[in-house]
Amino acid sequence: MSAILDTHGHDDHDVHHHKETFVTKYIFSIDHKMIAKQYLVTGTLMGVIGVLMSIMFRMQIAWPEEPNVLFEALLGKWAPDGVMDADVYLALVTIHGTIMVFFVLTAGLSGTFSNLLIPLQIGARDMASGFLNMVSYWLFFISCVIMISSLFVEAGPAAAGWTIYPPLSALPMASGGSGLGMTLWLVSMAIFIASSLIGSLNYIVTVINLRTKGMSMTRLPLTIWAFFVTAVIGVVSFPVLLSAALLLIMDRSFGTSFFLSDIFIQGEVLHYQGGSPVLFEHLFWFLGHPEVYIVILPAMGLVSEIMASNSRKPIFGYRAMIASILAIAFLSTIVWGHHMFISGMNPFLGSVFTFTTLLIAIPSAVKAFNWITTLWKGNLQMNPAMLFSIGFVSTFITGGLTGIILGDSALDINVHDTYFVIAHFHLVMGISALYGMFAGIYHWYPKMFGRMMNKNLGYLHFWITAICAYGVFFPMHFIGMAGLPRRYYTNSNFPLFDDLANTNVIITVFAIIGGLAQLIYLYNFFSSMYYGKKAVQNPWRSTTLEWTTPVEHIHGNWPGAIPHVYRWSYDYSKPGHDVDFVPQNVPLKEGEEELQH
Amino acid sequence: MTALLTIIIVLFVAVALWQMVKIFDLAQVGTINTQVADDHDNKINGYLMMGFLVFIYVITILCFWYIGDLPLMSNAASEHGLEVDNLMIISMVVIFIVQTITQFLLHYFAFKYKGEKGKKAFFYADNNTLEFIWTVIPVIVLAGLIIYGLFTWNDIMNVDEDEDPMVIELYAQQFNWKARYSGADNVLGKANVRLIDLDRANILGVDEEDPNAKDDVIVTELHLPVGQQVVFKMRSQDVLHSAYMPHFRAQMNCVPGMVTQFAFTPTVTTVDMRQNPDMIEKVQNINELRKERKAEIEESGQDLMYEFDYLLLCNKICGKSHYNMQMKIIVETQEEFDAWMKDQKTFPNSLN
Repeated sequence: MSAILDTHGHDDHDVHHHKETFVTKYIFSIDHKMIAKQYLVTGTLMGVIGVLMSIMFRMQIAWPEEPNVLFEALLGKWAPDGVMDADVYLALVTIHGTIMVFFVLTAGLSGTFSNLLIPLQIGARDMASGFLNMVSYWLFFISCVIMISSLFVEAGPAAAGWTIYPPLSALPMASGGSGLGMTLWLVSMAIFIASSLIGSLNYIVTVINLRTKGMSMTRLPLTIWAFFVTAVIGVVSFPVLLSAALLLIMDRSFGTSFFLSDIFIQGEVLHYQGGSPVLFEHLFWFLGHPEVYIVILPAMGLVSEIMASNSRKPIFGYRAMIASILAIAFLSTIVWGHHMFISGMNPFLGSVFTFTTLLIAIPSAVKAFNWITTLWKGNLQMNPAMLFSIGFVSTFITGGLTGIILGDSALDINVHDTYFVIAHFHLVMGISALYGMFAGIYHWYPKMFGRMMNKNLGYLHFWITAICAYGVFFPMHFIGMAGLPRRYYTNSNFPLFDDLANTNVIITVFAIIGGLAQLIYLYNFFSSMYYGKKAVQNPWRSTTLEWTTPVEHIHGNWPGAIPHVYRWSYDYSKPGHDVDFVPQNVPLKEGEEELQH
Repeated sequence: MTALLTIIIVLFVAVALWQMVKIFDLAQVGTINTQVADDHDNKINGYLMMGFLVFIYVITILCFWYIGDLPLMSNAASEHGLEVDNLMIISMVVIFIVQTITQFLLHYFAFKYKGEKGKKAFFYADNNTLEFIWTVIPVIVLAGLIIYGLFTWNDIMNVDEDEDPMVIELYAQQFNWKARYSGADNVLGKANVRLIDLDRANILGVDEEDPNAKDDVIVTELHLPVGQQVVFKMRSQDVLHSAYMPHFRAQMNCVPGMVTQFAFTPTVTTVDMRQNPDMIEKVQNINELRKERKAEIEESGQDLMYEFDYLLLCNKICGKSHYNMQMKIIVETQEEFDAWMKDQKTFPNSLN
């Protein structure tokens, strides 16, 4: 550290004569590119755990109460003779949801690409505060460690669903996981929220203050718009979850009654009086719903950018795309009640939330049509990133359309908390966001690691994943419409669902194959770091600024002065130019007009 | 064992695919920037996109064909259920049309405009008319769905007290259901979990002093007279539960500390529903599947043959045995109901 302090007396980023130790370069790095990679690798490892859990509980649903070697090996005493315990099933479902939503698709996706792309695409040397950026990552890391450690406590991890509704989550006598496991869950999430807030504030400040000369807001790539708006939503809504978590901690440990009232359990009346679980639901979903947009907006940004670049065409309707991002962001904060139509809240509120919820379909439809039009008359370069982007639009449409049913309070009554809901949100925010993340990784891998990922493995990865994603989630709509509730350890106590058993087996087989297909990706990801083909500076022939930096990472990103920007980021195949892309740092030719976008 | 075999087969397939990829790689040695898609890749993946479109259509058709008897869109057993089913069908038709068209455009464009060297894309950045069109069309369609949905919702949630609905309490605890009938006065006696006295078998905490409680009846099987509107007052003693009655298109959470409500009018008796041709077919199908698993089912203590019954399920995660929290519902004629009710103990008589 002292070496850095010595040489940083003068504010000259072009000079790089200080030596970095292993610790400052790879561990406590304040360089946004390294922090992005740290987020990515941590998110990937959490993702492996999350997916493995989902495969285990899918096996339980398909072959209930059958001994399973995988359970015996991984669950130990929680699966005596390889038969999964009912509490553990709920714990797996809970932690799978928590890990995938927060640790993979919030931190892993937004953390990786906001960090990597914001400074590079707006033309900044680094984040506004490199130190806070480092703190943000390490808080995230600590919250991961705490969440994983909760898997090893005696009574099991949190098992109240990822939404941790009290009283189930508040009373250890109601569920084994509501003891130490839930405490660790809450502590982990509190730290996670702190990390997310620090990160988001950093992104907002950086985008507002550090854009290079000429980079006006209407010349920003849509990625940056998406990251920026995502960060704003995060700052608005995450603190509310923090308050909910703190109040729940108070109820659990200090005898307050924010969420609890009139409870009789295991032969005794508890002292709680006057609280309401519905209050918790409001607080939770005030974050919980914007959270799905925190997950999906960055993916939308990445997909817009990748589609334009690989179609060799400008993104269609740049201004409409920005307007729809803003509309979605605004609406996302006033629709949370559609998770609570049948929670016991006033039915009039249900009407209001039905109205606002269905409005979101409008900006979403605009985005979908704009992506499709972007492909029209393009010259599509079918790189793996492009395939995942097209896959994103496909699953976003399929999953999004059923939102029209779930957002309609009258229809929600009967499909609420069934597999229909699982199918809907996994397609529209789970699989879609994951596709966005994969697309981003395949596209910016050369920027991150200076090497290329293997494209054929990428194709294989995409096609198997694409088929399995539909194979898993499409039939789920139908078993949901047959009335099968989610979070059932086994359906064998309900003969009326017996005719769905075979479908459940098919779904599980698709899930196993889909899960295994991710091994192709993991192999490709890690081996390409060392054995991948060396990347050229601008392998995809894109217009944005990150491709004007050298392949080798340096502090400050550009060896010389920061490039100035003269045009928007989508001058692909512009008439009057010989090449089919004009980077943003190329001045307008004489007589050339910047597009009135 | 099946699981293990499946895993092994899948592993073999994975290895085989990986070997194929290696062969592709070897065939490409020598070209520059090999990891960027070339015309060959564009062509193959373009065709695969069309193949994938077919896959989406096929899986849709298969799902409708094999598991799409759409139990939630037909044979509703309550008055408002028919309205819900209508709205569901309309929404599904809209979704189906949009899905078919947009997926076609997306995948067809991906195929049609697959890249070729030397070709230049059409520079087309904006068109206000188009943006206007695909903003206004969803607005119109959604306006229709919203209005229809809100009318239906208000119909369901507003209980018309003039119709003199029968008041029944649904009471949830880990992990079973109880129902309390309000008796001849149609008013439930006051209750609070603080009044629960297990020694006296006052399990719902009903106030013994309240005269309204004198004719209350507590049961573990829900009987409903056909054609009579019922308003359920729901309570929970411990954690959140959700009273889900799918055949009646009814669901409401049971929340400790407050009373929630849901009302509906059952229209088809259990006996009549068992005679419904769709239901006969479904039950037959289930029973054939159950015969295949004879040993397993008998071991678990269930009856081998399944007979249709309406059910109340718990549909909010409530702990370890959430998956087995259910109560039978029997819809019958008023006479049958009265006869059954006569045999039940009133609350004061049920106490120790």
